[in-house]
Amino acid sequence: MALVLNEEQMMLKESAAGFLTQKATVAHLRALRDSADERGCSDDVWQEMVQMGWAGIAIAEEFGGLGYGYTGLGLVLEQVGRNLSASPLQSTVLVSATLIAELGSGSQKEQWLSPIAAGEKRVSLALQEGRHHAPEQTAARAVADGDDYLLSGAKVLVLDASLADAYIVIARTAGEAGDSRGLTAFLVAAESAGIVLSRSSLVDSRNVGTLTLQDVRVPAAQVLGEVGGAWQGLSRTLDIANVGLASELLGLSTEAFERTVAYLRERKQFGRVIGSFQGLQHRSAELFAELELARSIVLQALQAIDSGDEQLPLLASAAKAKLCEVAQRATNEAIQMHGGIGMTDEHEIGFFIKRARVVQHTFGDYNYHLDRFAQLSGF
Amino acid sequence: MSDIEQFRQETRAWLEENCPVAMREPVRGFDDLYNGGRNPEIDHPDQKVWCDRMAERGWTVPHWPKEYGGGGLDQEELKVLREEMRRITARSPLDSFGISMLGPALLHFGTEEQKLEHLPRIVRGEIRWCQGYSEPNAGSDLASLATRADDQGDHYLINGQKVWTSYADKSDWIFCLVRTDNSGSKHEGISFILFDMDQPGVEARPIKLISGSSPFCETFFDNARAEKKNLIGEEGKGWTIAKYLLTHEREMISSFGAPPKKSVGQMAVESFGADTSGRLANSILRPTIARYQLDTLAFGATMARVGDEAKAGQGLGAASSIFKYYGTELNKRRNELNLAVGGEVALGWEGEAYRDGVISRDWLRSKGNSIEGGTSEVQLNIVAKRVLGLPDA
Repeated sequence: MALVLNEEQMMLKESAAGFLTQKATVAHLRALRDSADERGCSDDVWQEMVQMGWAGIAIAEEFGGLGYGYTGLGLVLEQVGRNLSASPLQSTVLVSATLIAELGSGSQKEQWLSPIAAGEKRVSLALQEGRHHAPEQTAARAVADGDDYLLSGAKVLVLDASLADAYIVIARTAGEAGDSRGLTAFLVAAESAGIVLSRSSLVDSRNVGTLTLQDVRVPAAQVLGEVGGAWQGLSRTLDIANVGLASELLGLSTEAFERTVAYLRERKQFGRVIGSFQGLQHRSAELFAELELARSIVLQALQAIDSGDEQLPLLASAAKAKLCEVAQRATNEAIQMHGGIGMTDEHEIGFFIKRARVVQHTFGDYNYHLDRFAQLSGF
Repeated sequence: MSDIEQFRQETRAWLEENCPVAMREPVRGFDDLYNGGRNPEIDHPDQKVWCDRMAERGWTVPHWPKEYGGGGLDQEELKVLREEMRRITARSPLDSFGISMLGPALLHFGTEEQKLEHLPRIVRGEIRWCQGYSEPNAGSDLASLATRADDQGDHYLINGQKVWTSYADKSDWIFCLVRTDNSGSKHEGISFILFDMDQPGVEARPIKLISGSSPFCETFFDNARAEKKNLIGEEGKGWTIAKYLLTHEREMISSFGAPPKKSVGQMAVESFGADTSGRLANSILRPTIARYQLDTLAFGATMARVGDEAKAGQGLGAASSIFKYYGTELNKRRNELNLAVGGEVALGWEGEAYRDGVISRDWLRSKGNSIEGGTSEVQLNIVAKRVLGLPDA
C-alpha cells in the first residue's frame, strides 16, 4: 500500500483539525483542570464528535459505524494530540470497541458496538494492576459460581473510569501470573455491587481511576470470547491501541515542536532572535528529522492494522517505541528552549509534557516496546 | 495482448538471449560495477559485451530520450524492464557519474548541441566522467572556490586545484566548477564547464584514505584548455547548476546505507548467543541495536512515504531534506555496531580470516559519508534555515 494519505483522509484530517482547534483546545483542558471537573471532559464536545461519526469511525457499518478503518481514527487522534483534546475517544472507541469487535459474539457486538457508535454507551478497559504495563502478569481472579463468575482484584489506570457505563475487566480464570493463557475478558456493568471506583489524580489531569473489585458477580453471558482465551484478541487490541496512542503522540510532539520553533523565531536575547544560534538550530533540525521518521512509522503501522498485515505486532511496538522516544525529546526540548517561561503554569507548553508522559506510559512505555520490538526482530 | 504485456514478453526474450550468464551474478562491491571509459577497467570480458548490447537499445540509460541515445521508455516500460532484469538478477550494465550526475544537469541546462554531443557517449559508456567541485579551501563552503578560468576568445585556460575528485585518475573528462569572475559576491562568477582530462595541463594524484583505498584524487590544472562551446549555462551562473547537482549527489550518498540481508541483531545473536527467552545475551548492546534497527525501519518508511507522496502529486515534502543527513548517520551507526558485534574479527585489516578487512575498511570509509556531498552540519543548517525558517546568525 502506498504510504500516502488519499483525498478523503486529507479532508478528514482537516475537518478534525478545524473542529478541535475551536472546541477542545489546551485552554479548554486548563479550564476543566482548574474547575476540578469530575468528568474531565465536555459532554457537549463529545456529542459533537459523535455527530461527526468519530465514535463509530473504526466500527463496521453493520454495527452502525462508518467502517472507515483505523487509519482514519489515527488521523483524528493525531489532531486530538495536537490540541490535547479530552474525550472518551481513546477509552471507548480506540480500545474498548476494538476489543469487543475482536472477542465479542455477534449479539454482544450488536448490543455494544451500535450504542458506542451512537454515543450512547461508554466502555473502558480495566487491565493494568501493578506499576507497569504487564498484561501476562494479571492476577485479578474470576471464580465460577453457578452461571456466574465472581471477580476480585484491583485495577489502575482505567481511562475515563467515572464516565464508563461498563468496564471490560481482564481477570484470570486459570493459570498463574505470567501465563498469557487463562485470561478472560468480562463485560461488567459499572454499577455492579462490589466495585469501588476512586478517581486518580494524574499529572495530565485527565479522567483516570482505580477500581477495586470484591466478589463482583458477573453472568457468564458477559464473557467476551472464550473463557481463558482472551489473549489473542487482547494482544491485537493492545497493538491497535498503541498505534492509536502513537498517533496521539505524533500530534502532540509536532505541536510542541512547532510552538517551540515559533518561539525561537521571536524571542530575542543578546540583541538577536535566539533561533539564529546554531546550537539551537541544529537541535531543532535533528528533532525535525526525528518527527519525520515518527510520522512515517505511525502511518505504516496504521495501514498495517487496516490491511491485516501479520507484521502488526512488530510495527505497533516500533511505532510506540519511536513515538515515546520522540515525544520525550520533543517535550523536553520544548521546555528547555522556552526557558523560564516554559516552567510557568501560565504558559501552555507545560500541558504537553504532562500529557506526553501519561500517553507514553499507557499500555507499555519505551522500554517495554523497544524490548518487544527486539524480541519480535529475533534478538 | 496489451502493449505493455507485449513489451514485457519481448524484453524477457531479449534479456534471456543477450544477458551473459556471468552478468547474472550479483555484484560483490563497488569494484564489480562497470564504469566504461576510454580505457575501461574490466574484471570480466562480459562486462563490456553486456554494456554494449544494452547501450545499442539505449537501455544503459533507459529513461533518457531516444534522440540522445537513451531508451525513451515511459514509467510503465521502465518498471517492466527493471522487473525483468531483476527476474534474471541481471547486473546494471553501466554505472557512471555521467549517468547519475552530469546527464541530469545537461538535460536540464544544456543546449541541444551539447546534449547531442555528450549524452550519447555517456549512454554508450565511451567517456568516463569525474566531478571537479571541492578545493583545498572550499569544502563545506564550496562557493569560495578559486580555480580560475581565463577567457582566451574561443576557449578558457584553467588554473588551480581540485580535491576529492572521485576517480579523476581513471576518468576521461571532467565537469568542473571554475571562477570566471571575481568582482561580485562569491556565488556569482562561478561557471560550470566540461573539458578533456587527457591533456598536458591536467594531473590527477590519488589520495590514500584511512580505509586504505584511493577512490579520490587531488587534481591540478596548469593552463588546461577548455573549449567555450562546453560551457554549460551562462558564464557566471554555474552555482545554480552546482546546487541542482548536489541534490542528486546527496540522494545517492543517502542510499549507501541500504540494510544488508542479515540484520545486526541476528548477527549479534550468532556472536553472543541468546538467553532462554530468546533475548540477546548482551543486555547492554541489545537496546543500542534495537534503536538502530527501529530507526532503520522508520527511515525506510520515510523514504517510501516521500516517494509515494511525490507520485500522488503532493510534491517533494520537506522530509526529503533529511535524507542525506539521516541516511549517512545511520550508516555510521551500523558500521560501529558491526565492530561491536564482530569483535576481534572486525578489526582485521588483511588476510583471509578477516576477508581482507572488509568490516574495518567499510567502517572507516563510512566516516566520510557524513562529510562528502555536504557535511551533516551543513545539512542541519539547511533544514534549520529553509525548512524551519530560522534566521541566519
